[in-house]
Amino acid sequence: MNMYLRILVNEYYDSVTLMSLTASLKKQYSGDEIFLLMGTPMNVQLIKDIGFKDDRLGKISPNDCLIGIKTNQDKPEMIESLVKALKSGTQQTQATTNQMMSYPSTQAAAKAIHADVAMISVPGAYAALEAHQALNAGLNVMLFSDNVSVEDEIVLKKKAIEKNLLLMGPDCGTAIINGVGLAFANQIRQGPIGIVAASGTGLQEVTVLIDRFGGGISQAIGTGGRDLSEKVGGLMMLQGIDILNDDPDTKVITLISKPPASSVYEKILQKLKTVSKPVVIGFIDGKKPENSPYHHASTLAEAAYLSLKAMKLNPPIFEPLTDQQILDASAVKKENQFIRGLYCGGTLCSEAISIARKNLKGLYSNVSKKPEEHLDDVFHSKGHCFVDLGDDIFTNGRPHPMIEPTIRLERILQEAKDPQVGVLLLDFELGYGSHEDPTGTHLEALQSFKKQRPDVPIIAYVCGTEGDSQRLKNQEQKLKAIGVRLASSHAQAIRYAVAMIQGGYHRE
Amino acid sequence: MNKLIQSKQTPKVVNIGSSIFLKDLSAQHVEHVNVQYQPPGQGNEELVSWLLRCSEKEEVIHNANQEALTRVLAAQAKLIAVMPAIQVIPGMTDRTFLHAGPPIPYEKMAGPMKGAILGAIVFEGLAKNLSEAEAVIKQGLITFAPAHEHHAVGPMAGIISPSMPVHVVENPIHKNTAYCSINEGLGKVLRYGANGPEVINKLKWIRDTFAPVLNEALKITGPIDIKQLIAQALQMGDETHNRNKAATALFLKEIVRAIFLTKVEMDKKVMVFDFIKNNDHYFLNLSMPAAKVALDTAQGIPHSTFVTIMARNGVDFGIKTASSNQWFTAPANYVKGLYFTGYSEQDAAPDIGDSAITETYGIGGFAMGAAPAIVQFVGGTVADAIRYSKTMHFITVGQHQLMQIPNLDFSPSALGIDIQKVISTNILPIINTGIAHKEPGVGQVGAGLVEPPMACFTQALAAFVKGL
Repeated sequence: MNMYLRILVNEYYDSVTLMSLTASLKKQYSGDEIFLLMGTPMNVQLIKDIGFKDDRLGKISPNDCLIGIKTNQDKPEMIESLVKALKSGTQQTQATTNQMMSYPSTQAAAKAIHADVAMISVPGAYAALEAHQALNAGLNVMLFSDNVSVEDEIVLKKKAIEKNLLLMGPDCGTAIINGVGLAFANQIRQGPIGIVAASGTGLQEVTVLIDRFGGGISQAIGTGGRDLSEKVGGLMMLQGIDILNDDPDTKVITLISKPPASSVYEKILQKLKTVSKPVVIGFIDGKKPENSPYHHASTLAEAAYLSLKAMKLNPPIFEPLTDQQILDASAVKKENQFIRGLYCGGTLCSEAISIARKNLKGLYSNVSKKPEEHLDDVFHSKGHCFVDLGDDIFTNGRPHPMIEPTIRLERILQEAKDPQVGVLLLDFELGYGSHEDPTGTHLEALQSFKKQRPDVPIIAYVCGTEGDSQRLKNQEQKLKAIGVRLASSHAQAIRYAVAMIQGGYHRE
Repeated sequence: MNKLIQSKQTPKVVNIGSSIFLKDLSAQHVEHVNVQYQPPGQGNEELVSWLLRCSEKEEVIHNANQEALTRVLAAQAKLIAVMPAIQVIPGMTDRTFLHAGPPIPYEKMAGPMKGAILGAIVFEGLAKNLSEAEAVIKQGLITFAPAHEHHAVGPMAGIISPSMPVHVVENPIHKNTAYCSINEGLGKVLRYGANGPEVINKLKWIRDTFAPVLNEALKITGPIDIKQLIAQALQMGDETHNRNKAATALFLKEIVRAIFLTKVEMDKKVMVFDFIKNNDHYFLNLSMPAAKVALDTAQGIPHSTFVTIMARNGVDFGIKTASSNQWFTAPANYVKGLYFTGYSEQDAAPDIGDSAITETYGIGGFAMGAAPAIVQFVGGTVADAIRYSKTMHFITVGQHQLMQIPNLDFSPSALGIDIQKVISTNILPIINTGIAHKEPGVGQVGAGLVEPPMACFTQALAAFVKGL
């Protein structure tokens, strides 16, 4: 085994770029192991553990790029072609940015174009600092980075509120501000429904369904998943409610989250007393209180439905199965076989468990909070299993499956070998930020799955709109063409899967 | 109410980090810029945590830095007299020898500085020759101190001995004064450590003939506005650190009539006139105290991260900030540049002199875009010079409205180095400087560009955060 290492001193590349490039180079260098890493202490240790030896490894800074290859071939020049691939792979984005003056700091960049939003996706260790600097420069912040401490989150949110700015995040993946989709958002019609959401794919699903049935969005504000925790106290959701209440274009306010801490729920109810507009509370998996002046939804689809209904748009109810789906499900009954949901969208995965739990026993997931549903080995499914493949344990060092599908493709082929698989359930997210052809990249793996397991139905839900660059119909058509069964909302997809296992449709 | 949401305008976005979102912003016709992101402080976690502390106190730091900027901008610089150091410099005794840069004991001084001190001791008549001068030092008869600690500055070795005449530059706005020696010209000169008889004789002539005549002339002209002359010289291709051709000519224009109106013999008048005329660097010793008198006004502002001093003693580089009277030092770098025929990098002493006070004041290297002719001298291209001037804005608190750079559409030069910005952008101030021979007495061997060591700034930040 030969090991070649190159160190590019003071050349910073962001991790998404390095990971995407590693994934695409893998095909070209099959049989070899490729490492493109920044020189963080953790990565340097990793490189050493793998067996790379270099005196300079003792004094690497996180600004230095490490390029390594572990290969059976005796070709030191391979490392040069990797360096070339890295440089040409990053050239394209540099070419577009070089047309402008390049700025080394947020403050300078913001000043140059009178910016009002900062999108921050730097590594977590540096993210709080960048967010502070963006707020100091008067920018609203979309903090995509995760691994920001809850203490930093609180300080940042308080500062933002003091300055009348938004601090969306940390770990906020989706927002739509003044009609512009930030990070992972869909192309949604503008309209009267304003949303504050503590979940990314949850926000995507609700906005997509609203758009699909003729509604539109005034603003969709993300808060980050931890906002409604006891500690953070819903700082940004409360701020979001105020903003939407003051916004003349917003006629309905819709809140999306997992159920908040009870003290935070109280704060939200207090805040809502100041709101004169209709309010939809979509706390997924939560209990609906009695005698509430608000519209309560327990699924994302229901939240979209109630929002549309509040606008008197009379949408169809998009959760129950169609007659065709019921017929379809009645034809099969699975004994000792299980649903395997392989998810890209974290909130969709949580919603799947929440709906399936009402009908099925023996559920497992890597994101469930219930101890009896804990999945010990996340790399191997058991029972009715719902795996969030966007979870850190899968994405550490690899791109999120919404950006690059490798993680899920491998898992689909793995599931094909498990005789207990009864239904395969998949979500696909379209829109900004996502892969340009998410369903297309899956066709090969899905056909292979079908070949091995012709008896196992595949159910998919595509979360997207016709306005998205991937085009909803095109994407659905690709799946339909190979016999994948489609649903028109995520809630419907999971009910369809449950019906398939149970051999018929049972109303709750 | 949130202004952006109220405005209903398409957001303008700064992207920091991954570039994957850029194409989607373009697709939505969203105006955006991408920050060329590098982890701040070269990724050092401790530095990042310190910057975070500063960011949390942004308002108080911002206000302090604005105060520093306001004072430095408001300060004026008028040359009012040329007087013996001992008569005007506070704290100067007949045994005090001032030197460039941060404090340093004699034994540790660089070759050129030692040479200059020995020469100055002979010049003062405290020793007959150089070896006697060394003995005088060993007996502990001489007190050494950084010029900066006496409101004074000196280029290269920066030696100011008690009887040496100094330019007295006054700031009538804040009522403070700064001092700088008289520039001896090129060739064998004390500031590069030369100390032979011709060097001493020239110093004596400057003290006994030149200075009294110039001082008389200044009585006739009244105060001469050095700040205005710097601004004009920038329009004429100088940056008044390494290129002072235009500024020297402008100064001569101001003073020449008065020189000839003084009541001394004509041959002396002509010699004084020729001395300034023949020394293209004469004005350096005026731009330096002009910078110093302005920056001194910012000293002592709590919570400010504004750099008030950058200076080198040929061994260490030292900085001070407005909020701290402490030197933050680290080993000085070697200058990268062009060497005169017959010399090479092996001959160079590390970076030396107080002249980086010009960069601290937003001129010199910071205004290099104004001085395309200098790039031939220091190596590089005009495009480089312009880039330096643009880049320095990323690490400063503000800009110098009066100091405009014609090549940059008369945009003001960058003023007020902020230690936070240096560390968070990983960009160091650029200094445009001469190169001294490492052995005393040889003189200047080249010129080029140099940066301060980052460690000066990280130490300054550490101390700053402790005091927050």
